[in-house]
Amino acid sequence: MYPAPFEYLRPATIDEAIALLVTHGEDAKILAGGHSLIPAMKLRLAQPRYIVDIGRIRGMSHIRETAGRIVVGAMATHDAIERSALLREKCPLLPETAGHIGDVQVRNKGTIGGSLAHADPAGDWPAAVLALDADIELAGPRGRRTVKADGFFVDLLTTATAPDEVLVEIRVPITSAKVAYEKTEQKASGFAIAGVAVVVEQGGVRVGVTGVAAKAYRAKAVERALAGQSAPTAEGIARAAALAAERVEALGDIHASPEYRLHLAEVNTARALRRAYGN
Amino acid sequence: MSIPVRITINGTLRQFDLDPRMLLVHLLRDACTLTGTHVGCETGICGACTVLLDGSAVKSCTMFAVQADGAEVTTIEGLAKNGDLHPVQQGFWERHGLQCGYCTPGMIMTSVQLLSRNAKPSREEIAHGLAGNLCRCTGYSHIIDAVQYAAGMGGAR
Repeated sequence: MYPAPFEYLRPATIDEAIALLVTHGEDAKILAGGHSLIPAMKLRLAQPRYIVDIGRIRGMSHIRETAGRIVVGAMATHDAIERSALLREKCPLLPETAGHIGDVQVRNKGTIGGSLAHADPAGDWPAAVLALDADIELAGPRGRRTVKADGFFVDLLTTATAPDEVLVEIRVPITSAKVAYEKTEQKASGFAIAGVAVVVEQGGVRVGVTGVAAKAYRAKAVERALAGQSAPTAEGIARAAALAAERVEALGDIHASPEYRLHLAEVNTARALRRAYGN
Repeated sequence: MSIPVRITINGTLRQFDLDPRMLLVHLLRDACTLTGTHVGCETGICGACTVLLDGSAVKSCTMFAVQADGAEVTTIEGLAKNGDLHPVQQGFWERHGLQCGYCTPGMIMTSVQLLSRNAKPSREEIAHGLAGNLCRCTGYSHIIDAVQYAAGMGGAR
């Protein structure tokens, strides 16, 4: 399986990468870790004329604490996130989610920025960044801008990123350990059939759901049902979880029917809530 | 348009002019005749093509060879030193960690990384660490035995 021919471009800086995207427009595709793009190119589902490999740009794979926030470079690998001592202490949802992605070889190469920009409806990161209310930073010819995770995912494989923009950084809050990611995965690929990330904060909870619909989403009906409660009862959690897919049009495929995905959304929401609240 | 690339393969610096769409596994097998690295599913699932890239296990069918420019690649052929099998190879030999052998090079390369990060893994940790390598013969039990044997012999080396 060989991809269609393409021209290979390897910028040394983010500005160079943006200039290449401006020049080549929709004919160009960014190559990060390659674990979404290369399989698609091998199947010739994607046939970009220009590949812009951002793998050699320095300063894009940092994981650090800045001004009370956690900042993760777009090129940080799933493996680096999974094993980060800083994240285990200050944002444990990220390492927990990373450990659910693919397998160790995939985690060694795949990146958080690449995964988010690809916006696979069954990817794991979208649930986590939604539950963390992450800021996603994009760099383009008009400068930099920040998009909230809640507005980042537009549709199936479609994000708010413009064709001439590079996803450069993800910023998330420092959290307590009251977080959880619960997932039912497709056995061969490891992708989520329904994955639910939960972050409990003082006075509220955020819930991100992936795998169920064409795009990952915040389960705001669940969040509203639990607002203001620091220790909901098991019954309260069950009632809230039943709202996990309210007004959601579920996907159906050979792995799971829409009805089954809706069921799993509720089950995994309840599990994640129980664990995050320590109930 | 070909791209000049320098890759250290099993300790030897090699230079190539590559069509950028060439996958790393094809460079290793076709240009370098290192056919120990196998092509299995071609979709990034089975792990038969696993090699070490700067010490990290990667699937060489899901990587362009140009991405390895400047890196060190280790394949199954690079593990034995002066005719002595690597402890993980010895473990697969002693504990019958293979039947048909197709998955074995990838299993061994992933196991080397596993032991380099965790010198004394539990059976569960080994199973989790090898989740990206499929074997259709053994039922995995002897593979886990093999990795534990290697851990007892000094592991990653």
